[in-house]
Amino acid sequence: MTSPTDERPTDERSAGRPVPARRADDRPVLAARDVTVHFPTKGGAVHALDGVSLALHRGRTHAVVGESGSGKSTLARTLALVQQPTAGTVELHGAPVEAARRRRQRREFAATVQLVLQDPFSSLNPLHPVRYLLSRPLLLHRPKMPAEQLETEMLQLLERVALVPARRFLDARPHELSGGQRQRVAIARALAVRPDVILGDELISMLDVSLRLEVLNLLATLRDEEGLAMLYITHDIATARYFADEITVLYAGEVVETGSGEDVTQTPAHPYTRLLVESSPDPSPESLAAGPGGDGERPRADAVAAEPPDLISPPSGCRFHPRCPLARPRCAEASPPSVEVDDGHRARCWALTDDEQYQRGSAA
Amino acid sequence: MSPTTAPAAAGTATTEAPVLLDVRGLRVDYGQPGDPLLAVRDVDLQIRRGEVLGIAGESGSGKTTLITALLRLQRPPARTTAGTALLHPRPGQDGPPVDLLTASRRELRALRWERLSVVFQSAMNALNPVHRLESQFIDTLAAHRRMSRTDARAHAHHLLELVGIPASRARSYPHELSGGMRQRATIALALACEPDLVVMDEPTTAVDVVMQRQILAQVQRLQAEFGFAIVFITHDFSLLLEIADRLAIMYGGRIVETGTPAELAGDPRHHYTAGLRDSFPPLRGPLVPLRGIPGSPPDLRTAGIGCSFADRCAGAQEDCRSTVPPLFVEGSRAHACLHPVGTPAPSSPGGRP
Ligand SMILES: Nc1ncnc2c1ncn2[C@@H]1O[C@H](COP(=O)(O)OP(=O)(O)OP(=O)(O)O)[C@@H](O)[C@H]1O
Ligand SMILES: Nc1ncnc2c1ncn2[C@@H]1O[C@H](COP(=O)(O)OP(=O)(O)OP(=O)(O)O)[C@@H](O)[C@H]1O
Ligand code: SF4
Ligand code: SF4
Ligand SMILES: [Mg+2]
Ligand SMILES: [Mg+2]
Repeated sequence: MTSPTDERPTDERSAGRPVPARRADDRPVLAARDVTVHFPTKGGAVHALDGVSLALHRGRTHAVVGESGSGKSTLARTLALVQQPTAGTVELHGAPVEAARRRRQRREFAATVQLVLQDPFSSLNPLHPVRYLLSRPLLLHRPKMPAEQLETEMLQLLERVALVPARRFLDARPHELSGGQRQRVAIARALAVRPDVILGDELISMLDVSLRLEVLNLLATLRDEEGLAMLYITHDIATARYFADEITVLYAGEVVETGSGEDVTQTPAHPYTRLLVESSPDPSPESLAAGPGGDGERPRADAVAAEPPDLISPPSGCRFHPRCPLARPRCAEASPPSVEVDDGHRARCWALTDDEQYQRGSAA
Repeated sequence: MSPTTAPAAAGTATTEAPVLLDVRGLRVDYGQPGDPLLAVRDVDLQIRRGEVLGIAGESGSGKTTLITALLRLQRPPARTTAGTALLHPRPGQDGPPVDLLTASRRELRALRWERLSVVFQSAMNALNPVHRLESQFIDTLAAHRRMSRTDARAHAHHLLELVGIPASRARSYPHELSGGMRQRATIALALACEPDLVVMDEPTTAVDVVMQRQILAQVQRLQAEFGFAIVFITHDFSLLLEIADRLAIMYGGRIVETGTPAELAGDPRHHYTAGLRDSFPPLRGPLVPLRGIPGSPPDLRTAGIGCSFADRCAGAQEDCRSTVPPLFVEGSRAHACLHPVGTPAPSSPGGRP
């Protein structure tokens, strides 16, 4: 499935878009290394993230999927330096961003990494016209910009997010725009500082479904034509497949699987990922004809407990074991190692090391 | 057979099943009579006994307005300005149908829970936060089914177990339960009196996909046991393809297309239906570039002289801007489009048996 070289396969995965091939020397723009975040609370520490690593590369999108509470937003906030990790580091262009130096680095960092949130309604002040919303970040980073240049740059930003004729949108207020248009203004505002990285947390989930693809396709264009690195957080694994180069699956604050968008969705290796894929509604003719749970080996979604784990005292060993149909005694005793099931496709599950049967099933 | 498709009994007999609720010419406005927002316009809809009718449509297209008007749960400034909604008696019971839109408060009280019930997105609204779960069931059952409290408690535990909540949790307060459990308890409560029709407005939008799948499997098991009809409202067209017997698509306050999931997914006639279908990337099979539906929702303040989708429609022609498309009926399906999507999609899905 995955080609052994670093050349990106030009299959339908990229939906026909031109993609700059990832070179071997391509260092991540932004990376989390063994990041742990614990939130102290009255009842004990919430283990929001434990030992999570993830890298974002130029011109590529990395999706993070997982159930509610699995730590997706915490990871985005940590990468944006909004959340201080309990342990582990965040690296920008290969160099750790040290906590002590953050204050000085903050502005430079914000010019490189922009966090865009899900809610296009609350993230834009309704009283301000688009002109104001865009001029602020432009002037913050280049305060001496002359007025004509400011005007030109604002119009260019609106054109980049396909809000045309740009002049008409410049004086609109958020309530005069559709949800998709508002989300594009939020993206234009993030682009104003010329970032290398966009961290999108549930960017499209508040939008009507008809507007979601418009925003995703815009982000794909920015990634492909301007080489932005992107983190795409979602609970919708189908859009992750459509839009992302790689997918990381979080479960209860830990990475359980990571690989190319096609590998993770078409041949999921971890039982939780399989459950997620099986549970997701799918409009494709293949799926409607076959129905989920067809091959008898995948866990039937309704046979598995749906309750997420308690993160104050997370389950021992593999955190998925109380819900896992394949759980065996050692799953509760020790945390499974990360196993490479295919080139660049890794998962953490004892069944992958123990059962030849299961392993073949997952890589088939 | 997958666990997520409805039992065959519910899936096959629907076209012949008798009509349960017959809605004609429904109109609902918001705001002042002089300057109304026309949220629901000229809606005709039939719901048959035991079927799952899925309603999908854009945000703001009038789905919630439609069902709150039907169930007489609407609040000002909403006003129902025209239409009838005839609820037919149970088979074997005599009497004329009741028009829900003109029924008295007393008549409505008698119908709620026992013949009609509703589940909204936020379960917290339906459950009383200061009462234990169990006592809310017992009160409802005692009032509407005239059960003794002992019988009602036993029945409450049975209902909760049907949605996967063990009897040991029955004495919990709502805030002690997870969101998914609360939503399942709300569904069990809606079914407590074995109504003929359960309306669900985005019942699983706020829960996780794994939980959603489990809730739906439980609803379908309950439906197989009790045989109620369901109106299931969601923006998730791909979900409806899996669970509904029949679909109604709303746009700009109107129903623009009805048909089976296989018909609407494989061969949509209205251009909005086609656009909606193509807004969901497939999880399996080849990936194709998808566009969604560029443009903005229609302005509901103007009565409109043409098709309200014309501004966003790739197939629009001149007459679309001057003629409001009537509903064209083609056998068991119908659409309101002057120039329907012509060529069937290359591969049409198998859909439900
Ligand atoms: N400030 C905080 N204090 C205590 N606990 C927190 C805090 N922020 C997050 N958490 C907890 O950390 C865990 C991870 O939360 P996070 O918001 O990262 O999850 P998520 O994957 O983004 O979920 P969702 O899909 O619901 O947005 C959750 O259990 C959450 O309740
Ligand atoms: N209380 C109200 N006053 C005025 N207008 C309203 C009110 N409630 C809803 N509307 C308007 O009526 C139209 C239909 O709204 P409705 O809530 O029925 O849509 P919906 O299809 O349920 O949307 P969603 O998918 O977002 O729930 C919208 O244009 C909405 O803005
Ligand atoms: S390690 Fe064990 S419990 Fe965890 S996913 Fe694998 S089989 Fe299931
Ligand atoms: S009536 Fe005209 S504008 Fe409306 S959907 Fe059909 S072709 Fe498009
Ligand atoms: Mg989150
Ligand atoms: Mg609604």
